[in-house]
Amino acid sequence: MNEQLKTDPTKPAQRMRAGGMTITLLPWIIAIIAMLLLPKIFTNNSALTIMNQMSITIIFALAYNMLLGQGGMLSFGHAVYAGVGGFFCMHIMNMSDFFAAMPLPILPLFGGLFGMGLALIVGAFSTRSAGTVFAMISLGVGELIAASSVIVVAFFGGEEGISGDRTYAQPFFGVEFLQQEEVYYLTAAWVIISAALMYAWSRTPVGRMANAVRDNPERAEFLGYSARWVRYYSFVASGFFAGVSGGLFAINYEILTEENLNAYSSGIILLVTFLGGVGFFFGPIIGAIVFTLVQTVLSLQTELWAFYAGSLFVATVMFFPGGLAGLIMMHVPAIKLGKWRLLIVPYFKTLLPAAIGILGLCALIEMIFHYRHGATGDNEMTLFWTTFDSHTIMPWIIAGAIAAIGIGIAKMTAPDLKDAWNEANTMGGQS
Amino acid sequence: MDLILVNLIDGLVTGLLLFMLSAGLTLIFSMMGVLNFAHASFYMLGAYFAYSISLALGFWMGLLIAPLIVGVAGAMVERYGLRRVHQYGHVPELIFTFGLALLIEELVQFIWGKNQMPYDVPDILNFTAFAISGNSIPAYKIFMIFISVAIFIGLLYVLTKTRVGMIIQAALSYPRTVEALGHNVPLIFMGVFGVGTALAGVAGVIAGPVLGTFPGMAFVLGSIVFVTIVIGGLGSLWGALVASLLIGWITTFAKSYNIEMENVLNAIGIATPENMDENMFRDFWSLTSPQIADILPYILMVLILIFRPAGLFGKRTQ
Repeated sequence: MNEQLKTDPTKPAQRMRAGGMTITLLPWIIAIIAMLLLPKIFTNNSALTIMNQMSITIIFALAYNMLLGQGGMLSFGHAVYAGVGGFFCMHIMNMSDFFAAMPLPILPLFGGLFGMGLALIVGAFSTRSAGTVFAMISLGVGELIAASSVIVVAFFGGEEGISGDRTYAQPFFGVEFLQQEEVYYLTAAWVIISAALMYAWSRTPVGRMANAVRDNPERAEFLGYSARWVRYYSFVASGFFAGVSGGLFAINYEILTEENLNAYSSGIILLVTFLGGVGFFFGPIIGAIVFTLVQTVLSLQTELWAFYAGSLFVATVMFFPGGLAGLIMMHVPAIKLGKWRLLIVPYFKTLLPAAIGILGLCALIEMIFHYRHGATGDNEMTLFWTTFDSHTIMPWIIAGAIAAIGIGIAKMTAPDLKDAWNEANTMGGQS
Repeated sequence: MDLILVNLIDGLVTGLLLFMLSAGLTLIFSMMGVLNFAHASFYMLGAYFAYSISLALGFWMGLLIAPLIVGVAGAMVERYGLRRVHQYGHVPELIFTFGLALLIEELVQFIWGKNQMPYDVPDILNFTAFAISGNSIPAYKIFMIFISVAIFIGLLYVLTKTRVGMIIQAALSYPRTVEALGHNVPLIFMGVFGVGTALAGVAGVIAGPVLGTFPGMAFVLGSIVFVTIVIGGLGSLWGALVASLLIGWITTFAKSYNIEMENVLNAIGIATPENMDENMFRDFWSLTSPQIADILPYILMVLILIFRPAGLFGKRTQ
């Protein structure tokens, strides 16, 4: 697996990893204030639900990135640790005597401990090697536990899963967590705590050694560190935080099913993390926010949201392995050189037509979909606030023209953007 | 005894079907060093293309044309997708094929919709070949066995006896040397990828009518195919064959014989607990072999990876 280290330092966008992970205090304060203020701005319940979903995904994606980004271990079954943590939390919720004496906010801690317990067992044999063997064991164990969830009805509740009621917990300073907003603040507090802890972990010697083992296990071994144990520690810590996210899921939705464990959930978290960018600590956070928005907002607009999400994912892997975070951090040199203003106009000239062209393309895709799968006789469709008949030729010509012209202009102006980019990243010259 | 024979035939059909997928996958792995997660998606594409072609031109043209289209699509994916991602390393490659698998599933739903396609066994093969004590064996199963065996023999012949096969084998182990001798190695890789996906396409064409042509068909078979080549040893064609047949027979036999955990435990001297309803392990006691048939391959894989990480026939790499 030594070949996976090839990164070209001259192409920041193509770097899958490396780069600064150091974060100053300021972003944390901004994040805390933003999380406190958000429910004041978006007060309706559906927005709160989306934000809760986002927070849970953030913790899970950060935990996943402890493996993929920081440890170089690709897991195809990580949903299992979140799921099992969540199931244990659900069982605690249903133990009425014990649960009535426990304040709800510490419940995710138990989820974390049980997720960690499972990781302790599985990691004992799966972390012996990284790369393909690890990926395959994670897939196998993931499928095993997901499949046994249907069989072991006593613990996993079979097909319909198990459910509980969070309000039976001991009131926490008088708060019973009946309202969605109260749950939001609980989740937000856990997001901040977990993110801070995970960041602190990446700063510890163990966290730094995880990077070393990821990049060159042999050399780390020569320095006297056991690559296997370093991987094991990362794996166990990642299992803990995954379990925390599972516990929060249990509190938020009050039901867990086989869906929380299966390969689909594991795949989604890989997608989220990679989309955000595995090379930077904050990458998975961006990924979680963007993906949750795509999932919730876009899925209301179109049936094809998964198709768009998949296309976005494949495009990210092909063209920007650094993910969204990599794209953002690409601009740091230009900003440091004070030349980022040079980029504004070319960006405007290229990206705006490209965006319009892509929207035209999406319109074509939607129309094809409607043409093929719409009910017979139902020729009317609404797209971008206009209603038209999808069986006449005119809308097709318009959408096709928009797509062709938009992408055409973007292609024409792309060389200018490239020149401007080179100019902005070159030291010296007029600024 | 008769039942055993019937199960042997059923397991053989499943195993050979798995082999057609795993043969291509294992060839691609030994070539590029990456597990192609989208392999089963090409199998699905094969079934869907064949269905669409069979509507116009009949089953046999579907069997002929669909794998070709799938093979060309696979070669394109290698040329314009994988080769591009290759420079970033192995993990992005794996993630790319994973994303591709997702995308193909969405694409299939986009074009053909979410329902199962009415893709059926052709009339000419829709009869009972013979019967073993009341259990009839359809002719289509025999046809599947013949096609798979023919493909296996053809593959083996091409790889070991012809000049092209020699060059491919050499390119798998020493790509740089072969390149220095004047062969176009990237083209060989593209070709092998295309042939591997075309094989998956063939499997899709002939499995579609029996196992059903629906958007989840890649997902159902996908992870089992990985399990197969991991058990057989990554990169080993014989390993893929043995593991495919093994998995085919294990799952078939586990499904047809209802072995209960209670009987097994009693047989080795553990008594059944008195009040089962309150026992923590009540689900464990009531396990039956058909219930766990589908997860047996995973158990086998995890055990193999723990005790013999190179697989049954794999070479030790470290």
